[in-house]
Amino acid sequence: MTAEHVPLDPSVAPLGTRNFRDAGGLPAAAWRADQTEQTLVPTHCCFCGIQCGMYLRVDGRGKVFGVEPRNHDINRMRLCPKGINAYQQVNHPDRLTAPLMRRDRNQPLREVSWDEALEFTVGQIGRIQREHGRDAFGMLGGASLFSEKTYLVGKFARVALRTRHVDYNGRLCMVSAAGANKLAFGIDRAANPFADILQTDCLLIAGSNVGECFPVLTQYVWGARDRGATLIVVDPRETAVARTADIHVALKSGTDSAFFNAVLQVIVDEGLTDEAFLAANTTGWPEVKAAVKAYPPSRAAGICGVPAEQIVDVARAFGRARRAMGWHARGIEHHTQGVENCLTVINLCTATGNLGRPGAGYGTLTGQGNGQGGREHGQKSDLLPGGRSINDPAHRRQIAAIWGIEEAELPPAGTSMMEMVWQMQRQEIRGLIGVCNNPFVSLPNYAVVKDGYDKLEFHAQFDFFLSETAANAHVVFPVTTWAEDEGVMANAEARVVKHNKAQEPPEGVRTDTWVMCELARRLGVGSKFAFEGSREVFDELRRASAGTVIDYYGITYERLEQTGGLVWPCPGLEHPGTPRLFEDGRSYHPDGKIHLQAVEWHPPADPYDDEFPMTLTTGRTVAHFLSGNQTRRLGALVEQTPRPWVEVHPSQGFRNGEPVRVVTRRGSEVLPALVTEAIRPDHVFVPYHWPYPVAANELTIDALDPRSKIPEYKVCAVRIERARSVDEVPAPPTPPGHEAYPEAQASRTDPLPPTSPQGRGTGERG
Amino acid sequence: MLGRTIFIDPGRCIGCQACVSACRECDSHRGKSMIHLDYTDEGRTTASLPTVCMHCEDPVAPCAEVCPADAILITADGVVHEADPTRCIGCGNCVNACPFGVPKIDLAAKLQMKCNLCYDRTSYGLAPMCATVCPTGALFYGTVEELQAERPGVDVSTAFTFGATTVSTGVAMVVPPERRAPVPGGLLNLIEVNGRPTPGNGAPA
Repeated sequence: MTAEHVPLDPSVAPLGTRNFRDAGGLPAAAWRADQTEQTLVPTHCCFCGIQCGMYLRVDGRGKVFGVEPRNHDINRMRLCPKGINAYQQVNHPDRLTAPLMRRDRNQPLREVSWDEALEFTVGQIGRIQREHGRDAFGMLGGASLFSEKTYLVGKFARVALRTRHVDYNGRLCMVSAAGANKLAFGIDRAANPFADILQTDCLLIAGSNVGECFPVLTQYVWGARDRGATLIVVDPRETAVARTADIHVALKSGTDSAFFNAVLQVIVDEGLTDEAFLAANTTGWPEVKAAVKAYPPSRAAGICGVPAEQIVDVARAFGRARRAMGWHARGIEHHTQGVENCLTVINLCTATGNLGRPGAGYGTLTGQGNGQGGREHGQKSDLLPGGRSINDPAHRRQIAAIWGIEEAELPPAGTSMMEMVWQMQRQEIRGLIGVCNNPFVSLPNYAVVKDGYDKLEFHAQFDFFLSETAANAHVVFPVTTWAEDEGVMANAEARVVKHNKAQEPPEGVRTDTWVMCELARRLGVGSKFAFEGSREVFDELRRASAGTVIDYYGITYERLEQTGGLVWPCPGLEHPGTPRLFEDGRSYHPDGKIHLQAVEWHPPADPYDDEFPMTLTTGRTVAHFLSGNQTRRLGALVEQTPRPWVEVHPSQGFRNGEPVRVVTRRGSEVLPALVTEAIRPDHVFVPYHWPYPVAANELTIDALDPRSKIPEYKVCAVRIERARSVDEVPAPPTPPGHEAYPEAQASRTDPLPPTSPQGRGTGERG
Repeated sequence: MLGRTIFIDPGRCIGCQACVSACRECDSHRGKSMIHLDYTDEGRTTASLPTVCMHCEDPVAPCAEVCPADAILITADGVVHEADPTRCIGCGNCVNACPFGVPKIDLAAKLQMKCNLCYDRTSYGLAPMCATVCPTGALFYGTVEELQAERPGVDVSTAFTFGATTVSTGVAMVVPPERRAPVPGGLLNLIEVNGRPTPGNGAPA
């Protein structure tokens, strides 16, 4: 053997390691340990609402090539597998680097110049709006965008398109919590910082798989447990966090409000309410008290399918704790009574006086990175920047003045995302621009969604990978990843954090800001979109939010870089921010009271019968994020969890890995069974990150909460049958002539379910 | 006695595999993870357990003891290194000798690879990648005093019995107080791993 076969230089990848699976678009053979030229760019993760701090490692050529943990006080260097692998998106071979276009859907997409794509788009906007009215063109934003861009989506729709039809994918995510927060407190955000969890005596987690959806938050949960807190988890599945909870309430999906009403009823019965707090700070308590009388534990036990004693145990643990907290997520929010479910948790915290103190309070865990910020500044159909109402004449005048338009020019409120799809089916909406969303995977009832989008005469999508939705569009604009632009996001604590630019975008890629401003210029309103970049947009956003509840005026990029994040409301440049709300017991309603709302439970929208006797519930797995357009392309995450599965209880009589057909009134698909005792015998679970024909959302129901318009993802009627072979997982879409990065897709064809919902064990991999 | 080392607490593990991904980022073997992550109660719960090299101390690490090529170096700080690629002959003795099932062999390259406690990081005072990122502290890097300050009343063990042999390790396991030491490694009735039967306990020949 010659010397060149046995490299002695320790900075060179050793022989035998050169065919290793992808380490971030960097073939191991090309890897060098000598990184003396690297710089570390402080930023935050692009994924969930925790917003962990991280450093991106940038090499001497200015390219992102790795990640380094960062001691930011949100996460203290901790990261989940998605966060660790996030950087691999930046220089990924699947990146879109030229606009794609076609004049009709029978042609393939082809690469075109920016000028051609923009001109075609502007022409189609003009034609559709001339022929069918301004509201025939819609816009859908996303909550993984920086706040600056979410602000621009709202402004672009109202000022450049002048359409009422604008909404965003937070409609599938946070709107139930938002609705409940506004009703009860007059302010829409979590009331306490994460750090308060460490000081609580009783932590209630309702409908959140914290260990998989917010892994880094687990350190706070375990920290509370280390200090003696009682942990209560309400979830139909025994998740990693539920497994070691003091009380795991495995209730039937869709029965949350009956459960929490019953808990409150016991608390009232046993005299555990804080009557002084209620008298001083609330309205509506007598009505709530009267309403919960109808939910004795014996009745709720029947509705929820849990022992009556467990309801009493939860009530005593929560009611007797000196400091108790309730945190919830999509598990109770994705329902046709999602808002009401959240209200029952608010009622519980308020009735026991658990608000506004360290370790005592209430929070909602936003799913997307900017799930909080994305709903604040005007991309929601009924909201203007600063959480202003588009229906309020005073609010309209304020924003019209800032935008330099007449109040009369400002369109009225539009409709929600799912309703917009129904309008596409009816051809009330004929053209659409989508930014940062992938409804072909994320919206319920896929057949309806596909039909709605297919009926569009013109559809443009902004993305950095070709999503399933973008692959169906007429025009695709290649835009930057989070590491190629700067901007802010607000995490689940309403803490605004700054993301920094780590590298220049690839040749041919533009920022979403540039694309929206350029389209506006070509639509003749360029003077209202004369933004150089995020910083100028943020300055306008700050001014537009000044004086509202969601006051960003005192937050500047410089202050964010100095502090590591500020929590709104932050009205002045010297203001320290407001990490904890309600410290004086006052809400943000004009009367300063917390407006308690009585709630009656009702069954889910999809009825059970002999044909569909079981419950389907959907959710996430730790290795993937939302519609999977990002994570299904990252080798390590595909290797951890290559495919979806259906989780069934052993009593259903299936063997592990056996093909099971999952049938609802809307669709059917065959998935491998993951047989586990960690789910209710009358429930099955399917994770939703994958597209048709293995999409959970082919099965889910497009029934909406009447107030928040959130779809009922978490419960529908289902039956399961034996089948012959499992449906294959398609490769992520790529532009014509490109193949999805094969190194990252190696595990995708594995027909077996993962070892556990969190993925395949390292011993189970090929 | 224990210096700054890794403490493993399976009771905190949520099975997210952040450690597995983080290990790939370690510059010692970039792109390849050395962590074993097992779902130990498959079909019943979501329980999980990360395994890193335990850096055995006593008398010397079994892997190093059996290495015919003297390829496995143990540094003065007690870290058992992965086989030196210029000496390793890929015989697999270390794989068979390790009581914890840690080393891996790349058959094509005829090289052994295993966790070296992120020596490129720990020798400069940084924590290993896995314990740095672990979202739950199931993998913790520090001293036992630091661990106990953060988790009041926690107890650890560095002794594991396998039949008549007790192995003491440089990496510690958090144990219930009544299990202070030694942890019965080999005395466990190991009938299945990840829900699959083991040889001698119903596994197909």
